[in-house]
Amino acid sequence: MVFTVLLYASLTIFVLGLGYKAGTWFTRETGLTSGHYSPSKRLFSALAGIVSAIFSFKVIKLIEVFCLDILLQRKILKESISRWAMHMLIFWGFILLLLMHALGQIITASLFSGYEPTLNPYFFLRDLFGVIVLAGVVIACVRRFILKIPRLVTTGMDKYAIIMVAVIILSGFFLEGLKITSKTEFSNMVNNYAGLQGEQARALEAYWASENGLVSKEVNPPFEKDMLEQGEMLHQSYCAYCHSPAKSAFASFSVAKIISPVAAPLDRAGFVTIFWYLHFISCFAGLAYLPFSKMLHIFSTPASLLANAVMDEEKSKPENIATRQVMELDACTHCCTCSLYCSAMMGYEAKGNSYILPSEKIAPLKALAAGKNLDESETRAILEGIYLCTNCDRCTVVCPSGINLRQLWFNAREKLLGQGPVEPLILSQLSFARGLRRGQVPEETYFIPLEKAENAVSKKFKPLLESGRPIDLNISGSQKESSLILETTFSYCFGCQNCTTVCPVVGNYENPGEELGLLPHQIMSCLGLGLTETALGAKMLWDCLTCYQCQEHCPQKVKVTDILYELKYMAVKNMDKEVVENDYQAGGLK
Amino acid sequence: MMRYSLFIGCQIPARLPQYETAARAVFRELGVEQEDIRQFNCCGYPMRNVDKKAFLLSSVKNLALSEQAGLDMMVLCNCCFGALKNAEHTMAEQGQMQDEIREKLGETGFSYEGKTRIRHYLSVLYHEIGIENLKKHLSQTYNELNLAVQYGCHALRPGNVTEFDDPVNPSIFDSLVGATGAASVDWTNKLECCGAPLTGINDKLSADLLTRKVKEAVKAEADFFCTSCPYCQIQFDTGQEMIAAENPGSKPLASIVFPQLLGLSMNIDPHALGLESNRLDITRIKSYLSKE
Repeated sequence: MVFTVLLYASLTIFVLGLGYKAGTWFTRETGLTSGHYSPSKRLFSALAGIVSAIFSFKVIKLIEVFCLDILLQRKILKESISRWAMHMLIFWGFILLLLMHALGQIITASLFSGYEPTLNPYFFLRDLFGVIVLAGVVIACVRRFILKIPRLVTTGMDKYAIIMVAVIILSGFFLEGLKITSKTEFSNMVNNYAGLQGEQARALEAYWASENGLVSKEVNPPFEKDMLEQGEMLHQSYCAYCHSPAKSAFASFSVAKIISPVAAPLDRAGFVTIFWYLHFISCFAGLAYLPFSKMLHIFSTPASLLANAVMDEEKSKPENIATRQVMELDACTHCCTCSLYCSAMMGYEAKGNSYILPSEKIAPLKALAAGKNLDESETRAILEGIYLCTNCDRCTVVCPSGINLRQLWFNAREKLLGQGPVEPLILSQLSFARGLRRGQVPEETYFIPLEKAENAVSKKFKPLLESGRPIDLNISGSQKESSLILETTFSYCFGCQNCTTVCPVVGNYENPGEELGLLPHQIMSCLGLGLTETALGAKMLWDCLTCYQCQEHCPQKVKVTDILYELKYMAVKNMDKEVVENDYQAGGLK
Repeated sequence: MMRYSLFIGCQIPARLPQYETAARAVFRELGVEQEDIRQFNCCGYPMRNVDKKAFLLSSVKNLALSEQAGLDMMVLCNCCFGALKNAEHTMAEQGQMQDEIREKLGETGFSYEGKTRIRHYLSVLYHEIGIENLKKHLSQTYNELNLAVQYGCHALRPGNVTEFDDPVNPSIFDSLVGATGAASVDWTNKLECCGAPLTGINDKLSADLLTRKVKEAVKAEADFFCTSCPYCQIQFDTGQEMIAAENPGSKPLASIVFPQLLGLSMNIDPHALGLESNRLDITRIKSYLSKE
């Protein structure tokens, strides 16, 4: 009764959960998408896309991906043999257990006449499949907790998944082990199927105690040979047609042997029932929670792999790309391969912001797609994480789930930039890829984050540059403090202006002073006078190409370009808090 | 047998794969062994503008990896090369930042002693292979082909750090181009920046600098640009394409990366050279080729 109720309850939650999750794929958006599409349009476009892919030559590609990437998991094998072994063991072990054992009465019984879970080969195979899964779980634990593979980050969700699988399998072995040793189970079976009394009953019991792991106080070794022979005969006529030797279930039988000293009290305390509940409740809980856990990847990852095999970044319909991207967020298994090969990983080591690692960005992006409001520091962190990316596309190449991370980052980056927080990294050459794709960003929003960042790094120093303002030679405390600059070669400057003359940026303007605030030689003079803050307001810093013409041509060996670098570090470090706050509030977080 | 760890950086695999395949094919043909180190990460250049620590850590980690493998590095990108050389130069000095970098590297299981030599691939071609030897590998040369050679800033300057060529009057690239029979034209702002460092930061300025370079190269009667850096190449190729899309009247000057140019005259598999992958049509450069 409890079993049936829980089975249907968990099945209902599972189905509703899957429906809900699949529904989010058509209603949510991951970031900047070209236009907004209604869920029904997205659903119909997706169905149309699937049908047209199946009835075209693309079906060959789909079959290839299904066999090699989904069934044989080629992409994981390319990354690491240990990981592939782990995943294949868990995946195939579990699938086989599901088909042969959990759905035994439905699938196996209809395929093979005479199916009984306690008969070989099924009896043996059930244990074998369980051991296969367990071996995979052991490899997973070794990888995550003992080898501590670098940048393989373990979150609560990963631990949950490992524990869930382990509990299901171990409770199964213990349940079977307890049943093997249980006197109660044995007596019930004898009463129901043999109806033996007296000496015959003792003979059968002795045989089972000697051969099949039964623990009983009534029969004690050494057993008489005659008695065992009689027991074996009775076993053959009453039991054998339904019971293969308990040793075939090698794992459970080992459990039975280990617990045999305490088997009798466990049996009396009803442990068989307890483990029976534990086993099926853990299975049902796993089933019900599956759509909400990372185990959803059982469905979403194959879907992502298949979708990416036939979809094209440029040719596919934008609504289908939007749908696929939300689905891809669910397809991430948090395997961290992307982070292992991330080109910007040392940026993470330098800054300690884990969102710089691609694998760690998925969770906040999921939250954003779900419409959750992240708090200020979270929003800043995720924006920095997503911007500190060299756009090398390696994550996309190595992702075993086939997720098009490159496109995900691009869309999410533009959305987050539009939300408000100032990100000084936009003033670095990390913006190269964004510049190349500026045609894909609405013109009115493209420049805003750039202006905001420049404002934040230079606003408070700008007034110092106003023409007509007297030069303040009584240098204030803060000026002195910020004049602790690492490169001090500016003091050799004798004002020949070679640096300014050779600068291609200066040469680009009719009126460079107006455009750039200060020219390179003026910046050197400012530093010489101790007016570091004045120099920090110059747009020249951010328009510097870092081409080193100035430095190369300085007769005094002033490290002009290197000094500009140091000034930029200083400007970012002293970013105007007020401007940053205001920008954040003005931008909102939606 | 020459053997290097090959450093391709981030831009090439993502945006200019034909540069990588062409370079690999050319060096294979020349008998230079190229070792791939999968753990190589960003050279640090793109972070250098705003975060010195992130730049140095990224850069030095690559040097440490190559050192661990006991290999000198061969670099295909000027900006990677410049960043790596700068990091090497910086780490040779003592200081608080250096200590921090060493400590952080240590935490991630690496150490750096400065044993790896960082080489630009043009230097390898010029100094290790040699012009005469290179010529022996050519099966056809170019005739009456004028190229505007783009040295690129971060390989040349600062000269005392990069140690690539004479920073004011360089000749390596011209000689290499000359070996293929092509002429390297003299053009006004040959040694100037292509503008790529400001793409995405100040796009207008970046485009202005690029336009000026194109104008000067055309004035010097160059048929094509020839580059040795993915940033320059992307700027000349994709960048000009973008400008042309906005200004229908403008006449772009197509650009070829040096391994493509060299590969053609070495008769290397056209698939590896990937001329068709360039955004601006470069395939007509083949019409300048003639058998020796």
